[in-house]
Amino acid sequence: MRRTLEEAVLPAFVALLVAAVVGDILILSFGQNPGSVYRILIDGTWGNAYGFGQVLYKATTLTFTGLAVAVGLRAGLFNIGAESQLAAGGFLAALAGLVLPMGLPALATLPIYLVAAAAGGAVVGAIPGALKARFGAHEVITTIMLNFIVLALLNYLTAAHLKVEGTLHTAEIHAGALPRLSSMIAPFHGSAANVVLLLAFVTAAAVWWFLFRTRRGFELRATGLQPAAAEYGGVNVGGVWWRTMALSGALAGIGGLNYVLGYKHYYEESFASGAGFLGIAVAIVGRNNPIGVVLAAFVFATMSQGGLAVNAVVPKQIVDVLQAVVIIAVAASVPEVRRLARSSA
Amino acid sequence: MIVLAFLAQTLRIAIPYLFAASGGVISERSGLIGLGLEGYMLGGAFCGALASYYSGSPWLGLLGAIGGGAVLALLYAATAIRFRADQVVVGIAINLLVTGATRFFLRLAFHSSANSPRVPGFGSEQSGTGLSSLVSNPLIWLGIIAVAVMGWLLYRTRFGLRVRASGEHPEAALSVGVPVNRVRYIAAALSGMLAALGGAYLALDQHQFSAEMTAGRGFIALAATIFGRWDPLRAALACLFFAAAETLQIQLQGAQIVPSQFVEMIPYALTIVALAGVVGRAVPPAALGRASE
Repeated sequence: MRRTLEEAVLPAFVALLVAAVVGDILILSFGQNPGSVYRILIDGTWGNAYGFGQVLYKATTLTFTGLAVAVGLRAGLFNIGAESQLAAGGFLAALAGLVLPMGLPALATLPIYLVAAAAGGAVVGAIPGALKARFGAHEVITTIMLNFIVLALLNYLTAAHLKVEGTLHTAEIHAGALPRLSSMIAPFHGSAANVVLLLAFVTAAAVWWFLFRTRRGFELRATGLQPAAAEYGGVNVGGVWWRTMALSGALAGIGGLNYVLGYKHYYEESFASGAGFLGIAVAIVGRNNPIGVVLAAFVFATMSQGGLAVNAVVPKQIVDVLQAVVIIAVAASVPEVRRLARSSA
Repeated sequence: MIVLAFLAQTLRIAIPYLFAASGGVISERSGLIGLGLEGYMLGGAFCGALASYYSGSPWLGLLGAIGGGAVLALLYAATAIRFRADQVVVGIAINLLVTGATRFFLRLAFHSSANSPRVPGFGSEQSGTGLSSLVSNPLIWLGIIAVAVMGWLLYRTRFGLRVRASGEHPEAALSVGVPVNRVRYIAAALSGMLAALGGAYLALDQHQFSAEMTAGRGFIALAATIFGRWDPLRAALACLFFAAAETLQIQLQGAQIVPSQFVEMIPYALTIVALAGVVGRAVPPAALGRASE
């Protein structure tokens, strides 16, 4: 048990160390003092209520996309399509909002929004799943290609039929928009954090339960560990593949509620803006464990928001570089740590 | 005349694809997934513009691009081969890294996060669709040569045989003395250099680097690699076909027959169709994405 914990935590630790060194070099190259830049980063994120609210908001979307990728990886499937699944979920939720009559209470509309967002993501996810189960088409390539196709399609539908003139977004929805946290906790004023955050925590717990306490979850993990053995053990591997991709897509799709239902109350072109791709990083760093995913979502959300905080001193893109360094370092150290752990056993 | 202008513009659009897809073919045939092509292209565009700016010579710009592409590709190869990292994860991270790093260093070097100042390039700037400016751009010829050389390299040389063996069955290749990992490092470096030339073409043609100027072209090249079934010539034909569709869309823009978003989808939709095997199955190299012992 102790060794598995080390195996899980050590790569993330190594990665943060490497990122800190690269960060120092970049900050020094810009003629700034690394210590004071890191201080600004912390002050601008965890150091005040607004910044922390923004971290919470970003962590919410990243939790959903991270869970989506993690569920896929548990079944041995690499879902690179969270970006477009997130967008499709938000899009369908916004469509539902345009249809729903005004004045319905949030408690009545929330299930409808949930189903709409999940369905949007699930459809986009199920296609590559079915293509893999039926034709053996590799999901990495098909999900990447579908990202471009789905985003182009949503852009077309928005631009040609749905946008408010002069903008890139749909009309505002009025039925059952969710409250921001600032309406309950005043210091969060101005930040985008909203109650979808709680939905993210609940979803993470539900995913954990599904993966580790249900038969379907066991079949999913067995398929990921050894598809041939799972098939021999009576698991319908093709079925697991497309169902898992649908579930993965649904999780990413629900993440769209954070923006559409909790923050802006409309669908806007390219609102996903990389959160789907960062979900891959969140899942990898969180080691495909729902608890790890939530923690990793906070790490990456802090970095993203921190970039905005330090932008006056060093370019905010330093954060993109550091996020990439973290991903590469974790990906490179996971097999290494596992090898060391095995050889010392 | 209209036909000639159409062909000229198609070729113009296709050149970056031809470079990057040639790189994609050799990388994937050696067993390394080509997900970083977009990053190599963008890195090549930036290094090319930077080197051209400081040296005053677009030819040295090309050298800079080649160097930048090689460094990025070797970083990818080292993590995938030496550290056995997941190729998909690192490939995506390389793209994120380059997007951020080019913007960061853009601000460091030129105090702008959007674009570089004017840099020496090939041909005059205004030359929109003219054929003469096209033939006077050496990168056009280099792009066509790259395809031919790649076909020769892959099928007519000992190195090419080793590349294909490493991508199909690395264990068997190792057992007959092929240094699989070294072959893969070289294939990766070549793919980085080629894709970087594709990026440099963009920057030197526009006499400027602008942030994220490759705009997904690396993924179109990857689509062409797959749609061309990992064959240099067929991948090149796929590039030309995708470029022709784009040209058609640009020329028909006034007519509004098909929304541009649907033309954008063509390369990606065709790739999915090819992978699903509706008309002749595209089968990837057997050991693609798998680390060797």
